Amino acid sequence: MKTLEELRAIREKMQGRVGMRAEDANQTRVVVGMATCGIASGARPVLNTLSEAVQTRKLEHVVVTQTGCIGLCQYEPIVEVIEPGKEKVTYVKMNPEKALEVVDQHLIRGHVISEYTINSVASDK
Amino acid sequence: MMPEISLNVLDVAQNSVRARASLISISVRADTGQDTLTIVIEDNGCGMSEEQAARVVDPFFTTRTTRKVGLGVPFFKLAAESTGGRFSIRSTPGAGTVVTAVFILSHIDRMPLGDMVSTIHTLITMNTGIDFLYTFCLDERQFVLDTREFREVLGDIPFDAPEISSYIKEYLTENEREVLQGTIL
Repeated sequence: MKTLEELRAIREKMQGRVGMRAEDANQTRVVVGMATCGIASGARPVLNTLSEAVQTRKLEHVVVTQTGCIGLCQYEPIVEVIEPGKEKVTYVKMNPEKALEVVDQHLIRGHVISEYTINSVASDK
Repeated sequence: MMPEISLNVLDVAQNSVRARASLISISVRADTGQDTLTIVIEDNGCGMSEEQAARVVDPFFTTRTTRKVGLGVPFFKLAAESTGGRFSIRSTPGAGTVVTAVFILSHIDRMPLGDMVSTIHTLITMNTGIDFLYTFCLDERQFVLDTREFREVLGDIPFDAPEISSYIKEYLTENEREVLQGTIL
């Protein structure tokens, strides 16, 4: 069984190194829809993949958060990337593999993957 | 419908988050003697009026404005009742809400419990201002995760810090494995 002793040891190691990350104007926000429609279509693994990838790649300017239903249930799982000073990008019908591509291409290199965006998917219909 | 019960739990617990709860208790109890799997989600959020609580099981009732249906609670209710189990919501305005779903464990229509570790980990790390009390129990074996104990140890270190997030995931995974001892729910 994992114990609180192990947590105390982790805390000792982290002491003085971590503070609350303040919301700041230069932060990029990655928002995942986590209402019934999102969860039923597979948003949980998408959210977890994004959080883990942002942590392992140490993208300190990126914060991953969740939101409710934005009214486009048929396009779930939806991931919005909101960068300061840029237009919001809405990725639709995501899965963990596509989410990793968004991290590597968009969040790290700055290239929007247009084929996964709502504009591209909606115009295919 | 959701493919697994743990997704219903994640979805219905989001209602507690939106009800501005400061403590959400989730318990999963499998009792092979009684042949039941009981899920209870309890919060100290804003609660609902008697009328709202009665209507929330109606898929065409929702308080949100982005769409006209609210399927979270009806999905959970239907999933439990289709196994011959039962479902209830008790709510008191200003005090909180308790959602109880009882599934018949051996019923062929019971969905698998699924990945409870991911559900609880997601809830804790995405809602770092809320405390969670999670109990997971199979017959006489059980484990409890109480984020208030974690908070006492950690002080101002947030649950979504990478080291802490990993610890929470391992805590859930290892303890669940010890309780289950190979049983698949």
